[in-house]
Amino acid sequence: MINFDYVRPSTQKAAIDALNKDATSQFIAGGTNLVDLMKRGVTSPQKLIDINRLPLKGIQKRDNVIRIGALALNSEVAEDELIKARLPLLSQALNAGASPQLRNMATVGGNMMQRTRCPYFYDTSMPCNKRQPGTGCSALKGYNRMHAVLGASDQCIAVHPSDMCVALAALDATVIVSGNKGERKIPFLDFHRLPGSTPQKDNNLQRGELITAVEVKDSDASGRGAYYLKVRDRASYAFALVSVAALVEMKGSLISNVRLAMGGVAHKPWRLTAAENFLKGKAATVTNFQLAAVEAMKGARGYGHNNFKLKLAPNSIIESLKTASGLS
Amino acid sequence: MRKENTPDEEKDEAHLARRKFLKQSTALTAIAFATPALVSAANNNLDEKAAGYFEKVALKLEVNGKPYNLSVEPRVTLLDLLREQLHLTGSKKGCDYGQCGACTVHVDGKRVLSCMSLAVMQDGKKVTTIEGLSTGDELHPMQEAFIKHDGFQCGYCTPGQIMSGIACIREGHASTEDDIRQNMSGNICRCGAYPNIVAAIKEVKEKGATI
Repeated sequence: MINFDYVRPSTQKAAIDALNKDATSQFIAGGTNLVDLMKRGVTSPQKLIDINRLPLKGIQKRDNVIRIGALALNSEVAEDELIKARLPLLSQALNAGASPQLRNMATVGGNMMQRTRCPYFYDTSMPCNKRQPGTGCSALKGYNRMHAVLGASDQCIAVHPSDMCVALAALDATVIVSGNKGERKIPFLDFHRLPGSTPQKDNNLQRGELITAVEVKDSDASGRGAYYLKVRDRASYAFALVSVAALVEMKGSLISNVRLAMGGVAHKPWRLTAAENFLKGKAATVTNFQLAAVEAMKGARGYGHNNFKLKLAPNSIIESLKTASGLS
Repeated sequence: MRKENTPDEEKDEAHLARRKFLKQSTALTAIAFATPALVSAANNNLDEKAAGYFEKVALKLEVNGKPYNLSVEPRVTLLDLLREQLHLTGSKKGCDYGQCGACTVHVDGKRVLSCMSLAVMQDGKKVTTIEGLSTGDELHPMQEAFIKHDGFQCGYCTPGQIMSGIACIREGHASTEDDIRQNMSGNICRCGAYPNIVAAIKEVKEKGATI
């Protein structure tokens, strides 16, 4: 690892000032992705700003909003009584991610900021538009089994590997960020980006901004089915091939409200708006779930090794809907 | 052994003297160019820690109940600090990329991967390694259980497995075999001793002793 300067500010303002002062600096929280990238020479910031002493850890409910501090650990959020009771989908998704040790290190803000990535992004001897814009995408014609089937471009077909973010996308969370000009709110779905022609940018956070919290509107979760289905190569501790976060509210035998997001299929957590619209007001039947899955997969394409996702993804949508609606 | 170690020690001393010279001269140059805030932050050991102009950063750590005043380069991982500086070689470097769990230690009571933790970020924290588990000649119940159930073959992953197994019970994640398997998934065993590892953890959990 190339050496770097290290500062540990004790206030938010000092942290943001330090970042603005030095274009080669970066925040570090849990470090579970950043240290990895630095060890492999993928990234080499000249200064790390350790934000772990900032008071951004709390999880509270205020005025019908659940606010989760950006520095709350993934394990703390997953085990939190309020989260388990009110946002069980988030708890499930967090527990499906990484390993217990990594969940004890990774923070909520850091989880969002982990790079959208693929093995070619890590391999510094290979071209990669995300690592070095303009060099080409090795995955397009390379080994692309883990890669995107939705929303990709000819510049990048990597996927965002987070489970937590898929749940937050389904929960319509809001990201609270702080910068020199004050506070700003970003709807969760607008936080991460599709690759387009600028795959080097994973998200819409501006330089000089710090994520301080994530907010989710509280609502009674008791009448709502929540299920996070993660399909992967082994039973645990592996990235999703496909994952589905499903929230289903029933009124009698009809679906009154449904929210769906997918992981492992796109450069960002992928919200299934068309499938949601199709399902609202309809009966919870396997046939309707199949038709919704067809809606969800419109525009999807495989790149060779990941063609199996074109079948795995709709099947996963159907399975998650069956569980979340109480059909099975 | 002692005799064999001598040349290395001499080399170490010469190396240290050179480092000390470099450090002092770098520090002097740094002070000349550094901002007053940076110098006072470094001198007073304030929260606003600053490194960079200086080769190493001061670090206070309690390891296995013993306090240490150390100095490290910012890029040194907790694992390398434990193994190379403190000579606590029980924690193993398996993959060094956070994928295998052989380096698992407890920091302030939580199991973490020491290979992915920068030492400098652990300032003021309490670290427990595999060396900190036994009391004198008496092994920790989890160590006893691993021996009894043959929870290892080559042994390289074992320190991480044991540290993780203890945490698994403390976290309340060892109620069933499935639960144990799920919550031990961050510790890879190439020899495939998994059934025996699960049996060891299950026994310690069922005996119900406070660990």
